[in-house]
This record gives sequence, C-alpha cells and structure tokens, in this order.
Amino acid sequence: MSDKRSSEALKEFISETEEIVESINLDLVTLAEGLDSGEYDPDLINGIFRGAHSVKGLAGMFGFDDLSQLAHRMENLLDQLRLGKVPFNQLTVDTLFNALETLSRLINGKSEDEHFTFDLTSCFERIEQAALGKAATGDDPLAGLAIDQAILNVLTEYEEHRLLENVKKKRNLHLVRVDFDLSSFDQELAELTQQLKQQGEVISTLPCVGDIGERIAFQVLFGSERDQADIRALLGRDSLDIRTFGETAAPAATAAPAAGMIFEEPPPLPAVGGETLPATADAGSLRSISRTVRVDIDKLDLLMNIVGELVLSKGAITGICERLRGSGEKELAGDLTKATRILERRLHDLQKGVMDVRMVPVGQLFEKMTRIVRRVSNEQGKKVELDIRGADTELDKLIIEDVSDPLMHIIRNAIDHGLETPAERREAGKPEKGMICLWAAQKGNHVVIEVRDDGRGIDPERVRRKAVARGLIGEGQELTRGEIYELLFLPGFSTRDEVSDLSGRGVGMDVVKNNISQLSGMVELTSETGIGTCMTITLPITLAIIKALIVKVAGQTYAIPINSVQETLMIDSSTVRTIERREVLELRESTLPLLRLDRTFSLVHGERPAEQKLFVAVVGLADKRLGFVVDDLLGQQDVVIKSLGKVLSFVKGVAGAAELGNQKTILVLDVAGLMGEALRGESVNHV
Amino acid sequence: MPKKILIAEDSPTMRSLIVSTIAAMGEFETVEAANGFEALRILPREKVDLIITDINMPDINGLELVSFIRNNESYRTTPLFIISTEGSERDREKGLALGANAYLVKPFAPQQLQELVRKYLA
Repeated sequence: MSDKRSSEALKEFISETEEIVESINLDLVTLAEGLDSGEYDPDLINGIFRGAHSVKGLAGMFGFDDLSQLAHRMENLLDQLRLGKVPFNQLTVDTLFNALETLSRLINGKSEDEHFTFDLTSCFERIEQAALGKAATGDDPLAGLAIDQAILNVLTEYEEHRLLENVKKKRNLHLVRVDFDLSSFDQELAELTQQLKQQGEVISTLPCVGDIGERIAFQVLFGSERDQADIRALLGRDSLDIRTFGETAAPAATAAPAAGMIFEEPPPLPAVGGETLPATADAGSLRSISRTVRVDIDKLDLLMNIVGELVLSKGAITGICERLRGSGEKELAGDLTKATRILERRLHDLQKGVMDVRMVPVGQLFEKMTRIVRRVSNEQGKKVELDIRGADTELDKLIIEDVSDPLMHIIRNAIDHGLETPAERREAGKPEKGMICLWAAQKGNHVVIEVRDDGRGIDPERVRRKAVARGLIGEGQELTRGEIYELLFLPGFSTRDEVSDLSGRGVGMDVVKNNISQLSGMVELTSETGIGTCMTITLPITLAIIKALIVKVAGQTYAIPINSVQETLMIDSSTVRTIERREVLELRESTLPLLRLDRTFSLVHGERPAEQKLFVAVVGLADKRLGFVVDDLLGQQDVVIKSLGKVLSFVKGVAGAAELGNQKTILVLDVAGLMGEALRGESVNHV
Repeated sequence: MPKKILIAEDSPTMRSLIVSTIAAMGEFETVEAANGFEALRILPREKVDLIITDINMPDINGLELVSFIRNNESYRTTPLFIISTEGSERDREKGLALGANAYLVKPFAPQQLQELVRKYLA
C-alpha cells in the first residue's frame, strides 16, 4: 500500500470510528436515563455492543492493538450486561462512558499521528472490575438462572429469548407442574394456559420425562410479576407443584416489579437537590439517527456486482455438474449438485440481503416532490393539494435517484400545464384547489408510480395541429388518441406556444421518456379534456441482477428480462397473419402483434423451410403486449446487466450486455424500447 | 409388518407432503400428528419405528418432544429426525444434542427425506 492510499484508508477509518463513537455516545446517554427506573431497551445495549464490535474489527484490521483491545473489553462488558450477568447500574454505565471517552481520545490521537497511544491499564482495570459484578458463571446467558439445564436444553431460540425478556423485566419465573389424564390433557392444558396468560407470559410447555401411563405430566414455564401465592390463588388449585425463581422477600402483589434473580439494585444515588428525575420512556427517538449507516451507493453497486458474478460462477458450476453427469461420474455429480444447491440457497440469501440494503422507500423521493409542489404552486399562484399514497413502496436506491429528475419534471408539468388557475377552476365548476396525486404501488417485479392531476387535460386536437406544424406527422394522417399522446414524447415537442419558465428549460418529455427507458422503465400518458391527465411510470424494482429468458435468433443469442415475459408459445409459421402490414397472432381471442427479432436486428438466416415451428416470447409492460418471434428458447438464467457504455448508447433495442456463466456475452433486449417502437409501427432498423 | 413412521408437523401441507413422499417409497406405514400433543398421545399407543418432528409447533416444541422421546424407555433408540427452517441453526444443534439422528431444513427435496428414511430403516 502506498503512503497516500494508506493515509486515505486511515482517514476513512477515523471518520467511521468517530461516527460509531458518536452513535455509542447517544445510545449510552439514552441508556443512562433508564438508570433510575432500572429499565432499559435491550436494543440499546445491542446497538452499543455492535458498535464496539465494529470498532474492534476495524482497529484490528489497521493493527491498532490498543484500540482493538479496549473495544474488545467494552464488548465483553456489554455482552455480560446484555445477557444479564452484570447488573445494570451506575457503576456499569459510568464504566462504559469512561471507556468510550478513552476510545474517543485514542481515535482522535491517531488521526494526528498513527502511532499515538497511551497507557490504558487503569481503564482496562476499571472495565474488568465492573465485569466482576458477575452474578453467574459460565457462558450460557441462562445458566445463571436456577432453572434446570434439562429445561433450558429444550427451549427453542425464541423461547430462550422470551425467557430472557422476562428475566430482564424482573418478572418472577414459575415452573408450574401439572398432570392430567391422557384423554383430556390438551383441553386442560389449554385452560390452564389461558388462566395463566391473564397474569403473564407462558414461555413454554414441557412434557415431563417418563413413560406415559394413564396420566401425563407437564411443566409450564411462566413469567409473571405475580408471586407464587398469587398464582396459586389464580389457578384455584391447592395441590399445585410450583417452583418459583427470582422471588424476593418483597411483599407480593405490589405494583412494583419484584427484583429479578440476577439483578442487583444499584446503590441509591445521591439525589440532586432532593429531586428525582422522571424515568424517560420516549428517549428512543435519538436512536433512529444513530442506527443507520450511510453507505456510498457505489459501494453497494460493487457488492451487487460481486454477488452477480458469484451467481454467474454458480451457473458455471452447475454446468460442470451436468458435464460430470454426462461423463458417467454420477456419484460425484450428485454430491456436487447437492453442494451447489446449498451454495445456491446461501447466494440467494446474500443476493436478497444486498438487494434489501439497496431498497429504499419511494417516500424519500416523494418528500422531495412535496417541496417542489409547494414552490411551483406558489410561483404559479395555483392552489395545489398533494395526495401521496404508497410511500412505503420500495425501489432500488439507484433507480430512485435516477427517476427523481424525470418525476420532478412530470410534476412541474402537471402543475404548470395541467392545473388551471383558481379562477379558471371556479369557472369550470371545480374546487379552487387543484389535486395532484402521487401514488406508488408494487406490481409483481415492477413499481408503478402514477402522477395524476385533475386539471384541464391535454387537448388531442391541439397536439395534432402542433405535430403537423412541426412536420412530425402529415396533414391528413389519422391517429388515435393514444397515438397522439405518444407524439408528446417525441424530441422537440412542446405544447405551449410560449416556453414556460418552469417546465421549459430545454427539457422535453422526450428526455423524461429517455431517462425512464434507461432504467428499463416505461412511461405512459392518458388524459381527458377537462378532467385531468395521468402519467404512469412503470419501473423494475432493481436493475442489477435479473432473471432472463435466453432466446436464439438466426444463430444469435439474446436475453429477455423475465419480469416482462408473460408466456412463451410454440407456433406454426402458418398461423401468423398479416393485418395492416403488421404480423399478428390470434391468441385466445385477442390479437397479439408480433415483432420478428431477426428483422429488427437485420440478422441473416440460413436455409429455412417454408413451414416452420416458431417460438414466441410474449412480453408485456403496463397493459401492452407484444410477441417476440425467435427461433428457439434456450432457458432461464440469472444475468447481470452491464451497461454498453456511452460509446454504444445509440444502439436501439438493447438495454445492455450480460455475461453468461460460460464466459459468453450476450445482449439484453430493451423490452420497453422495442415495444414502444413496434407498437407505434415505426419502421425501425437497428444496428 | 411394515415399519411405522410418526410424523409430527403442524402444517397440513408440509405433513401431507412428507406422508406422500414416504408413501411413494411403498414400504412404510405413516401415523400423523398435527401437533406435539397428538404425538404424545400416539407414542404410548403405537409402536413406531421412526419419528419425524417439526421444531416449531404451537403447543410443545419439537425439541421438547425430542427430549421426551429420548428419555422414554420405549423410544430411547428410535431413529428421530427434526425438521427446521433455515436460519434456526441453534435449534438444530440443540435438537441434535438432545439425541435427534438427523435434520432436514425446509424446503428439502423429497429424495433427501427418502434417502434418510432408507438409511435409518433399511
């Protein structure tokens, strides 16, 4: 590592650890607020624990032994606190604060000079002293309870967790032993459970070991603030065998929780001025800040790429399995297949995990839009109400970023062109306040964002005249309403005679459309004069890894993103009909327009018989459908889409390139783009 | 007499899947328990040769059932498989420590189950 790089890495280290220290500090402050009541949110300690753990890991990587040792000791103390082995009291919290301060001093020192250090002995001693507050031995957090190991052994992780929660709440733990007739034990147990639940939590029901005769015995592990006498009274049975853990001499049935079995009451603190601080329950609000980690999207991209490449490598291994099987190594192939399956599951988890990290609610985007709506409506003197729905719909962070400009433009358009002035609206009998709806919803693998206004709508006749004037269409050309609205997306089209301050700025709807197409998305417009306009943006949830249908056309392979493939058909070439010079296929009482990929990409076929079986991949986006005619379907595969780069960005109909597992590169079709053009009926020739 | 397999699983779908997987082998009889309680009822009544239990059941959990079975004279050595979901490694380990012979992680391939059954009942 060069000096420059190492100093950059150090800088990053310092900034990250500083951030962690800051976050731990916030959590500790919140934690300390619970000292009076003796209660705390277990997540706080977990958060601090994780923070210390991260510092330990980072410091270790940089060879900062002192830092790493200190973080390690903090981690230990926190772990014991977390598992209830160290009491939650002033001493423990003070020790943690002191350790954190030392940690912070070390980090600050290292930011000036890598070799900075000082004597940590006293700090270490202090932590170790605090850790001596041990109430139990052994590593098992539950070992400190007087509950039989045999019982702990059969609790599931969740039940263990519930048990610990009860311990943390300082509840009494009762082990109620009951025996029932074999014929009716389930009803009787259910009744008992119901009774108990009124006063606490039934953690687990355990059948008692022993051969079953006429009767069967159970132990019910029950956590409650009530004491044993109360429980007996509650159950109304005299001959109950109840063992209780953690009960103290404190008078039973008082509202105050009885002391837990391993919690020491902290020594009474000197009250300042005789005042007692109220226990703060709502101090958790700070945590939301400190619990998030800001990550550069590039880092996530890198991760995603690596995951994508792993998926490809896995594909290669699957290929080897096949070859092994083919070569007669059945057993080996079987073992490898099994191992691959496990790998595949884990990879899938990993992929999902990384994907989840990238997902952010569109609410973030909508939040920005509210500001724009406010500003634009003020500037325009229009009254606007914004209706946001589906803000929690999640989208890939990258897509959110990239869709933000087009969306902003659409919303500006809606306010600027769509909504009338209050006076106009009054005249039209509409409420003065215009409405802009910003709705998002997930539909399968896509997210649909709708921007709807209740404004004047777009007059198709005006659009048509403009298009004629611009030479975009011929004078007498017949167009449907939908086709007319499509014209709005053509380069250089502006419906306003005067360029607006707002929507103008040289950005037309064609740019909006292009931006969205680049995200493999689609934008559509519907409008009704006098009623309003609706722009619908359909976006894939993520871009990085997709499942694709691999097809073959004239010897070339292409990938079609599977999320837009609705079905595949095998047809006879004689069933293809031609209507208005377009090839179509009758499919279940509807007409499916076809697109021959070989013609689209000007591919030359070898000899072909006249009568031939063809394959059709039916793709659909929004409510449009199109059939890609191909020679063969080769199967499904995970592919990582890579951009073709700026140099090749002029190539139409291609969304990018993808690597197949066997080191081959294929082109991924831009379904939205191809559909748009094919359905518009443009004669397109592609490179 | 064909060997008998007890299946304790609260999900009807999963249970019938296991039953049909075993039925497909054509050599074993199955007894079904929709929860732990039912299993407790069946055990003293029927002599079973293999027990397959889910870990997460509503009344008593599979681990408790394993412990019960392993501490029961009549079933101390009966082969026993536990079924768990992914991510519950700790439960799985506990189950094995309590004396389960093998585990299956949902979703598993029918062949996997058949192989295990064959291995322990052959």
